[in-house]
Amino acid sequence: MKSELMERAAPSTTLWNQAIASALSREEPIETVFPERVRVEDLHAYFGRTHAVKGISIGIATNRITAIIGPSGCGKSTFLRCLNRMHEVVPGARMEGRVLVDGEDIYAAAVDPVEVRRRIGMVFQRANPFPTMSIYDNVVAGLRLNGVRNRRVLDEVVEGSLRQAALWDEVKDVLSKPGTSLSGGQQQRLCIARALAVKPEVLLMDEPASALDPASTLKIEELARMLRETLTIVIVTHNMQQAARVSDSTAFMLAGELIEYGPTAEIFTRPREQRTEDYITGRFG
Amino acid sequence: MRRQEALQGNGNGPPSSIGLRGIRLHTREAFDRELTHLQDDLLRMGALVEEAVRRSIEALRARSVEQADAIVEADNAIDALHLELEERCLRLMATQQPMAKDLRTIAAVWVMTIDLERIGDHAEDIARATKRMADQPLLKPLIDIPLMAEMVQQMLREGLDAFVHRDPDLAEHMATIDDRVDNLYSQVFRELLTYMIEDPKNIQRATHLLFIAQALERMGDHATNIAERVIYMVTGILKELNV
Repeated sequence: MKSELMERAAPSTTLWNQAIASALSREEPIETVFPERVRVEDLHAYFGRTHAVKGISIGIATNRITAIIGPSGCGKSTFLRCLNRMHEVVPGARMEGRVLVDGEDIYAAAVDPVEVRRRIGMVFQRANPFPTMSIYDNVVAGLRLNGVRNRRVLDEVVEGSLRQAALWDEVKDVLSKPGTSLSGGQQQRLCIARALAVKPEVLLMDEPASALDPASTLKIEELARMLRETLTIVIVTHNMQQAARVSDSTAFMLAGELIEYGPTAEIFTRPREQRTEDYITGRFG
Repeated sequence: MRRQEALQGNGNGPPSSIGLRGIRLHTREAFDRELTHLQDDLLRMGALVEEAVRRSIEALRARSVEQADAIVEADNAIDALHLELEERCLRLMATQQPMAKDLRTIAAVWVMTIDLERIGDHAEDIARATKRMADQPLLKPLIDIPLMAEMVQQMLREGLDAFVHRDPDLAEHMATIDDRVDNLYSQVFRELLTYMIEDPKNIQRATHLLFIAQALERMGDHATNIAERVIYMVTGILKELNV
């Protein structure tokens, strides 16, 4: 069939036939390969004696969305929090292994964890705008902490970040209102704007939509797809349809281990591992 | 019978459950039941289609208008089943968000009902041709055409067995039969052409037979599609057989 079509297409010079011929002769994968931004090597994480993450090695591609799925307690959030040194702030928690961002070990002795968390931002399950602050102050809280006082710079960052977070049009006239006066979905986008204000390279999202209604959820997903153009995103979700809709690659974790990692379309149509199959088809978890 | 037994096992192992102080909560009992029914009914449709093919050749042999009418009538049931199965596939996709093997099974059933329905239509074509030629003696004894029909039936049976037993090898084997169907078709075609060249008075009767042989050849192609779907369902690989 294929060769027949190609033969038929070959002698003709019409655009249509050329298109068919080139589509059929394409050998390299249609998906472009995106360079790796984050490399995790043999990552172990512990809470006291509990071994929560058991030796995960994984590469995370630039300008792509990587989803981490798995049943509750499988260590996916802990893994995520290791990527920007948030794990170590929990008393009794420790980790082993290496996390390289653009080739640099973020756990190296000379590295400032605050700077790590600026480069690798995070959005949490529950929208957590600073309760006493206005919308404006929420967005620039990080910059002010870093000593930025110039009003014009702050104004620009507020508008830019809120636009990036697709919230500007909804809040531009009420910037002085408290952040907590917004709806749940808007609050979550405000938190995303706050994370974007410090110009991170990587954005970690820990169940960012699990407390939101379907429409707000879709907005967050749409936003993630847009932000992908400039950022690398890792999203933890227990909503498999969300992972299937939004991500480019999916990692499946179980009991602290990485079971399978691959292109999202493959994971959800023909997983290689029986345990992945069983989980995504609802046989456990 | 083999199909029935396999269906009861569902091929998926026992439904998963989580223990909760002695209560067993099944996570996907309703979905599994619907999937089983879907497969059951696809097999029912397959059996009806196989029967239609067999009876279309019987009617041709007997040159019986009544038998041919019965086949045309029976095709309505096949069409109705096709629409019902398609609707159920859609509903499962909308309500269950199937993944992995479940998704591939539903997608395979969906496409297979279309091919089965087309095979049923071709059986109906044969019945209609039979009616048109019922008042004339046959141009030549029927040898190759019944043989083609038998091969198509074998393809259908093996295809449905491969589906039930999740057996891609059987599916691949079944598709090789299509080559023999195609060869027989060329043979019938050449033979009928000779009759027509010999005496133009033969043309009408020869054309009817040629039409029937072509319907059988098309059935073989649709059966091959079924094999492709079984292979996709089991392995996740979409490939064309008999290229």
